[in-house]
Amino acid sequence: MQAILALEDGRVFRGKGYGAKGECYGEVVFNTSITGYQEIFTDPSYCGQIVVLTNPEIGNYGTNPEDNEATRPYIEGLIVREFSRVSSNWRSQQVVEEYLEQFKIPVLAEIDSRALVRHLRDHGVMRGVISTLESDPEKLIAKARSIPKMDGQDLAKVVTTNRPYVWEVGERSHEPVEVVGVKDAPPRFHVVAYDFGIKQNILRKLRGEGCKVTVVPAQTPAEDVMAMKPHGVFLSNGPGDPEPCTYAVDNIRRLMGRHPIFGICLGHQLTGIALGGKTFKLKFGHHGGNHPVKQLNTGKIEITAHNHNFAVDPDSLPQSEVELTHMDLNDSTLEGLRHRNLPLFSVQYHPEASPGPHDSHYLFKDFVKMMEEWKG
Amino acid sequence: MPKRTDISKILILGSGPIIIGQSAEFDYSGTQACKALKSEGFEVVLANSNPATIMTDPEFAERTYIEPLTREYLEEIIRVEREISPSPGFAILPTVGGQTALNLAVELSDGGILDKYDVQLIGANIAAIKKAEDRLYFKDAMQKIGLDVPKSALVNNLKDGLEFAGKIGFPVIVRPSFTLGGSGGGIAYNREELLDVLARGLDFSPVHEALIEESVLGWKEYELEVMRDLRDNVIVICSIENFDPMGVHTGDSITVAPAQTLTDREYQVMRDAAIAVIREIGVETGGSNIQFAVHPATGRMVVIEMNPRVSRSSALASKATGFPIAKIAAKLAVGYTLDEIPNDITRKTPSCFEPTLDYVVVKIPKWQFEKFPGADESLGPQMKSVGEVMAIGRTFKEALLKGVRALDTGKKIGSEKIEPKILTQRLVTPHPERLSYIRYALRQGHTVKNIAKMTSIDPWFLYQLKEINDMQLELEKHPMGSIPTDVLRDAKRMGFSDGRLAGVWRLDGKGAQEKIRHLRKKNRLTPVYKRVDTCAAEFESYTPYLYSTYEEEDEATPTKKKKVIILGSGPNRIGQGIEFDYCCCHAAFALHDDGYETIMVNCNPETVSTDYDTSDRLYFEPLTLEDVFAIYEHEASSGAPVGVIVQFGGQTPLNLALPLKAAGVKIIGTSPESIDLAEDRKRFNKLLEELEIPQAPGAMAASIEEAVAGARSVGYPVLVRPSYVLGGRAMVIAYDEETVVRYMKEAVEYSQDRPVLIDHFLEDAIEVDVDALSDGEDVVIGGIMQHIEEAGIHSGDSSCVLPAVDIPGHLLDRMRDYTFKLARALKVIGLMNVQFAIPRSNGSKANGDEGGKVYVLEVNPRASRTVPYVSKATGVPMAKIAARLMTGRKLREFLPEFIERAADLDTGSCYFVKSPVFPWNKFPGVDTVLGPEMKSTGEVMGVADNFGEAFAKAQLAAGQKLPTSGTVFISVTDHDKPHVAELARRFVDMGFKLVATTGTADVLEEAGMSLERVYKVKEGRPNAVDLIKGERIQLIVNTPQGPDPFFDEKAIRRAAVTARIPTITTLSAARAAAEGIAALQRGELNVRALQQLHAERVLENKL
Repeated sequence: MQAILALEDGRVFRGKGYGAKGECYGEVVFNTSITGYQEIFTDPSYCGQIVVLTNPEIGNYGTNPEDNEATRPYIEGLIVREFSRVSSNWRSQQVVEEYLEQFKIPVLAEIDSRALVRHLRDHGVMRGVISTLESDPEKLIAKARSIPKMDGQDLAKVVTTNRPYVWEVGERSHEPVEVVGVKDAPPRFHVVAYDFGIKQNILRKLRGEGCKVTVVPAQTPAEDVMAMKPHGVFLSNGPGDPEPCTYAVDNIRRLMGRHPIFGICLGHQLTGIALGGKTFKLKFGHHGGNHPVKQLNTGKIEITAHNHNFAVDPDSLPQSEVELTHMDLNDSTLEGLRHRNLPLFSVQYHPEASPGPHDSHYLFKDFVKMMEEWKG
Repeated sequence: MPKRTDISKILILGSGPIIIGQSAEFDYSGTQACKALKSEGFEVVLANSNPATIMTDPEFAERTYIEPLTREYLEEIIRVEREISPSPGFAILPTVGGQTALNLAVELSDGGILDKYDVQLIGANIAAIKKAEDRLYFKDAMQKIGLDVPKSALVNNLKDGLEFAGKIGFPVIVRPSFTLGGSGGGIAYNREELLDVLARGLDFSPVHEALIEESVLGWKEYELEVMRDLRDNVIVICSIENFDPMGVHTGDSITVAPAQTLTDREYQVMRDAAIAVIREIGVETGGSNIQFAVHPATGRMVVIEMNPRVSRSSALASKATGFPIAKIAAKLAVGYTLDEIPNDITRKTPSCFEPTLDYVVVKIPKWQFEKFPGADESLGPQMKSVGEVMAIGRTFKEALLKGVRALDTGKKIGSEKIEPKILTQRLVTPHPERLSYIRYALRQGHTVKNIAKMTSIDPWFLYQLKEINDMQLELEKHPMGSIPTDVLRDAKRMGFSDGRLAGVWRLDGKGAQEKIRHLRKKNRLTPVYKRVDTCAAEFESYTPYLYSTYEEEDEATPTKKKKVIILGSGPNRIGQGIEFDYCCCHAAFALHDDGYETIMVNCNPETVSTDYDTSDRLYFEPLTLEDVFAIYEHEASSGAPVGVIVQFGGQTPLNLALPLKAAGVKIIGTSPESIDLAEDRKRFNKLLEELEIPQAPGAMAASIEEAVAGARSVGYPVLVRPSYVLGGRAMVIAYDEETVVRYMKEAVEYSQDRPVLIDHFLEDAIEVDVDALSDGEDVVIGGIMQHIEEAGIHSGDSSCVLPAVDIPGHLLDRMRDYTFKLARALKVIGLMNVQFAIPRSNGSKANGDEGGKVYVLEVNPRASRTVPYVSKATGVPMAKIAARLMTGRKLREFLPEFIERAADLDTGSCYFVKSPVFPWNKFPGVDTVLGPEMKSTGEVMGVADNFGEAFAKAQLAAGQKLPTSGTVFISVTDHDKPHVAELARRFVDMGFKLVATTGTADVLEEAGMSLERVYKVKEGRPNAVDLIKGERIQLIVNTPQGPDPFFDEKAIRRAAVTARIPTITTLSAARAAAEGIAALQRGELNVRALQQLHAERVLENKL
């Protein structure tokens, strides 16, 4: 099956199509993780995006239910160099092609994916279309230009849960306890987690630290959250531009100082805005599992998982209130902040990993400690 | 953390000679460390016995000691260095010189030498080394941090052993405690076998104890390369997955980077474990390699072992990722943290990150069992390969196929001999020919599942092989003339070489590849070049470290600068090793300085030449006509002048010289025709006749009849060999017709184009190697090296000394004269090596009127194995000068005074002895006799102001410790008998007892010496072997002659090797040994820095 990727700037890549037949549209971004394609497929933060994986061999280890970060894949389309038709791993239950086809996700393979990545690196992320139906590139380029831009889009409210629920191990995910290290210990804290596109592993990590987690829709008013009398509030990752999520910013402002707050990724960006800061779009974002992030107070470095196109401008934050805690060593962008007086911190990257290194798991402990102190 | 200021001097320990398991990768790591520390302003001192290395070039350290890597010599080096700088701040870096350096560090520490001279270790501490190296400490440590290891128990009786094995299940591994190199161990598959193996193991163990361990044979094997800095930042540089399962030594496994069949969850668990291991073991700074085994069906992960140092795998990981592990390890050792060191490739980002790959890397080992008839060829826990290739492709399939063609086996894919009867055996028992047998099995219709079951190779890898097989079948469906472009394109993208495609369409002979090349071009299929950049293109790359692939976009736009392409030597092998890499690097260094853009092509990850900062551009590519010509065309497409150097990389590039030239490539230096002439017997004979240079009578044969007739006409014994080989491949000495016939039938392939060469073998002759530089007009001799073993032993296997010790002056002059004539006649531009033989009988009659005859054995108008050794001895970088001559510069610019005086390069007041190192201990049961086929893997150099001491040092460095007391066993041929008494007397005078066989004993008793008589092996018992095994003999002098030495008395040689008793096979070497022993008895221990020797020489020359 032939397939074409057309980008809004007119560049076209022709390759072979796998997975679902049809067309998909989105912002084309690249991810440099070597492992973890299944987690990437199912990360709701990729809503609205077509993902190019730089690792050229994808699909080798198949898929399994435990490694899902959500109940379904969120990427719009997948682009790889070599797509494995078979899988080999003791946990694999379904080959990737079948899995993606089931969720109607097209795959473009056997293109010069490195050339595409270099193009995105040099010209920035852009809109694109993958089609297995249309062979006229001009038509596809025109389509790419017609889809809405990511900037200004509130996708959190698209992917969020439509009603609150209490997350339990084994309920929404099926992994055996020993794999994720979550013991069924009686929870010591109650955390309300705003779902802007939350990944399962965040919930697992919170649960593993002894938190009962109630997941609530993105637009849940702060008052409703307060009424649940949580020990802490968590602000999740998610897709899209943070700026249009004004409801979330308002809610965060109202919750600040009343409950310990911990934000990740989109949750961090929203926190930054709530603190008076501004966000901006990165040229091609950070998507990968190898970013060095420095803890500014200790000088220690964590190798971290990233997935963001937007970042908080550190100069826009009120220095008297906000302490900058983490910085990316590759491009010196802001990766973490803490309020100087209130129980509030957030990070731009993904301490829950999945996929990615586990160096930053400590942040979940920090959150628990913060809740302990606040409680005490 | 900034650089440590409490250290000012750092002694770097090298790894010594190239041996199986410790190859050129430590030249790479050592060189990186030297460069890194020197650039940081430290006073770098280096100790390494291997002169063929780049790291021992004088400019890489303040002082370079080419001395034996033993405790005694190291102590002396430390003492001298301490005297030079009495202030504190003296440290040793032992982590870039392999196991040798690490062991030495432990010995120096345990011996109190570090304390005595107030020297500290950096990079690793003794506690960490011991914890990592001791099996039991290591297991305890792993269990302490909650990591799984194979289950094991120490037992001291059979009953406990059986009980434990019953608990963990068979098979089990038995490892006796405190035995050397794992001897006495084994695998037991059942109770009966365990009784056997365990009983033997307990018996072997001096403490009657053995470890019974759960077998992890057939599990998946992984390695992680980890680095840590003083601030406890830990990063994983690379994951490696072995194609071969557990049970095959990782050095003998095909390996793949990055790991291909681990999910993120599994990979991260492994990463966490690796980080926990490096912390627990306590490696504070630097790199470590940690091996894991994973059960294929349950995912259970166990830690196998850890190397607390830079290793072969880290060299591979460096080349695979572009992350220079050794260089960074050196910087971390002096206090820097990872975030303080910039990434050379991206420049903008720090080294504190984890490289990510957008390509696949495959390493394939190279074995040379053909050189060791009788060796067990199955692959197991003991490494047997002599070298390796690495290939980079966008997919596993492409990388694998590139790797296969990079191996330079000379065999075409599909033409391998397959014995269908042993298919199952070849699949079940790991063997070097495994890939061929899997290919055969797939072609026969075996399923991936079935093959996976037999081989324990992961089905994903096998499925890739199946796809390659499917492609082969698809190609075979189409005639060449009507092959659809997209099929051809898919085949090229999959990694099919032009040669293999030629095979598909049964094109043969010259021009076959060319036809495919034209077909490709007609279909617009040419490779592009992509960069290895550590970051999968996320950031711009500033280092042109390139690999070819069939994709759209090229990232290696050629410059318009004048440029030189240097062809490397490919995988290390016996006869074509690190010496050639040395020469290639020198060409790159020199021509870069002369303003050329230097372009290296090589596929050996163990080398300095494949470091991204050795040349201006690095193409990590197979050295085949297809790949090299594509690079040439690419580089020449800018219109810039391009010259190609073929004479530095050994035989591999030389074999490409003529076809490249025919394709229009400009080869610089000595013309390919001259190189060919020297190999072409007929034309070469004619040349020698014209020049009136004598050579042993010779003939050529392309049939058995011609061979028999030829041998008869030149006179037995004869030396028989194929044309165009290096390292004496398949070369034998035949004393009778039967041997010649058998050789022609079995040993080689030959043709009218490539006939077998038959020369009269000059028995009992001194062999001499001469290296020279020539610009076509002027010639300067670099060194005249006298071999210590006589002619007939391959020059690479013979010890030799510079300057010659007892060759009369007029014979030296004659060799000079012949060398000059040959260089001019062959219009040599660059390097040349000539081998001479001087029959001893006429040599001793040297004062006679004829003055003795010198025969030319062979002429090689190219870099020789001895170039680095001669360069170290003379202080003149011959390869650099040669490279410059090739670009048109003249010898008068560099060595005018030597041309004026017609003098050889100077070796000052010292003797430089080179000695070979052999891999016998890796091949039990193989005959250790030396002959015309080279068997040594590496070499060492000994330096002293007298020949004896230099020889003793070289022997010691090569692992042959000459005794200072005890008993010498002497058995010499009739020919040597007149001279044996004088030699024996020296030993007696030095306090040795003598043991001799009848004939020799008679001579010695007659000369008034008392001795013990012993039988020859054939005569009866007790014989020499009994005495060797009874540890009654400390030195063996056994000079054989005639057919016997090459086919008989194997028992003595083997026994001597096993008992590590020095064995000397020539009287000249025995005399050398006697001088060496005398030097050892004097107890003198002198060390000399190369720089000092060279400086003295310059001074002398001025006076």
